[in-house]
Amino acid sequence: MDAVLGQLYAGLSLGSVLLLIALGLTLTFGQMGVINMAHGEFLMAGAYTTYVVQQVVGGAGLSLLIALPLAFLVGGLLGVLLETTLISRLYSRPLDTLLVTWGVALVLQQLARDVFGAPAVEVRTPEWLKGNVDLFGAPFTKGRLFILGLALTAVLVLGVVLRYTALGRRIRAVVQSRGLAETSGIDTRATDRLTFFIGSGLAGIAGVALTLIASTQPYMGQTYIVDAFLVVVAGGVGRVRGAVLMAFGLGVLQATFAYSQSVSTAKVLLLICVIAFLQVRPQGLFSVKSRSLV
Amino acid sequence: MLELRDLRVAYGRTEVVHGVDVVVPRDGIAVVLGHNGAGKTTLLRAAVGMLKPRSGSVLLDGEDVTRLRPHQRVRRGLAYVPQGQQSFPQLTTAENLQLVADGRRDGRERTDEALDLFPALRGLLARRAGLLSGGQRQQLAIARALITGPRVLVLDEPTEGIQPSVVTEIQDAILALARRGGLSVLLVEQHVGFALSAATTYYVMESGRVTGTGDGGSASADAVRSVMAF
Repeated sequence: MDAVLGQLYAGLSLGSVLLLIALGLTLTFGQMGVINMAHGEFLMAGAYTTYVVQQVVGGAGLSLLIALPLAFLVGGLLGVLLETTLISRLYSRPLDTLLVTWGVALVLQQLARDVFGAPAVEVRTPEWLKGNVDLFGAPFTKGRLFILGLALTAVLVLGVVLRYTALGRRIRAVVQSRGLAETSGIDTRATDRLTFFIGSGLAGIAGVALTLIASTQPYMGQTYIVDAFLVVVAGGVGRVRGAVLMAFGLGVLQATFAYSQSVSTAKVLLLICVIAFLQVRPQGLFSVKSRSLV
Repeated sequence: MLELRDLRVAYGRTEVVHGVDVVVPRDGIAVVLGHNGAGKTTLLRAAVGMLKPRSGSVLLDGEDVTRLRPHQRVRRGLAYVPQGQQSFPQLTTAENLQLVADGRRDGRERTDEALDLFPALRGLLARRAGLLSGGQRQQLAIARALITGPRVLVLDEPTEGIQPSVVTEIQDAILALARRGGLSVLLVEQHVGFALSAATTYYVMESGRVTGTGDGGSASADAVRSVMAF
């Protein structure tokens, strides 16, 4: 029983990391159809933001709390910069966008290498996030529990913003019909920029969370970006609900495979499962005729 | 008042509107009639900014808005109800209306006025627009356009594909709006009889050109049909 709970917790933990990364992609990929390969590097920027704040502030606990909004801002501003300078010129050219953002990802990785060095930097974990808590008789590390809470909070806040605010209505309207939104008086370009800001900001927050469980180094974004795209595509492009279920589903599935197989074999089995699933349901877990975010 | 001056519109190299002049009089209704493929919808899409004209200009109360994006034209008082009962299907009726009322000081009053014009929508506020009938969606589309506070309302075949009882409601609403004053209407309409009875002026388009024009009151439907070679 303990082993089952242990694997379930490992799956939930992986799922919450994937969810944090995929939430941003759900917005940028879902609304604008932009395959942003630099999304992982916004995550990396968030992680380095935590490192810099820790260098300036000192205390790991306070640094983490300051880093969360700051990383959101850093990720968001990088996103807006990318959208304004490059992506906005490449709408309706998805393959070009993919290549260009991949190039930007390489540039950002090199920039991080130049500024912080190639080896991983040390980001200290706050004392209150060290150790385990006992959940139903099995240990769950406090750091991973914090990430799970952060991911669920992000989903909740994003859900409230999308459903109950004017910005959320604008985002959903632009997703469903860009032309109709524009002729209804909505500045779709400004909405795109704001959406990209929020989506990229969420990647920054994911980066802060990752410093608790992974090493902070220039290539950390690449580790998760493909899995995050898998979550978004298999969940149904642009569907927050689909991303939530698929993130935890894939997380638990990978942890289950990893229990009896090597990590590489588990990854292969997971990919086979996703490919088989998309053969049966190419539109993903949830879909509507027009793309929707809730 | 809306003026389209010598408007030429092309899809790629193929020009489909060849130098069209249309004037929508202040507080009046200008109707554009013509067969499918005559260029009516293309003309309207250029008027509201969805298509960039190859040449010519669009003037709104004398101001040249040709280079403005569609949402900027809406803010200057040019509202558009496109063909095909278009709404945001995953948003509720209330959200469809709230979307355009957001940020407007008179948003609530305008929403109430629009719902007074189409009272059937009041009972459907919580329903997703995608689940409404074609007629209800069209009423919602017109209500949404009215909330933006237009000086000129551009309607593209508002009664096309809608059940006859709702067609009458929509036609009555258009006439009521025009009579209220302060609103000019540019209307593309297939129902020639209604179009001419409503029109202050009418234009007949064929193959991207205006081939006939006149005052709505002076023209008989039969005469116009003969120009259109129905």
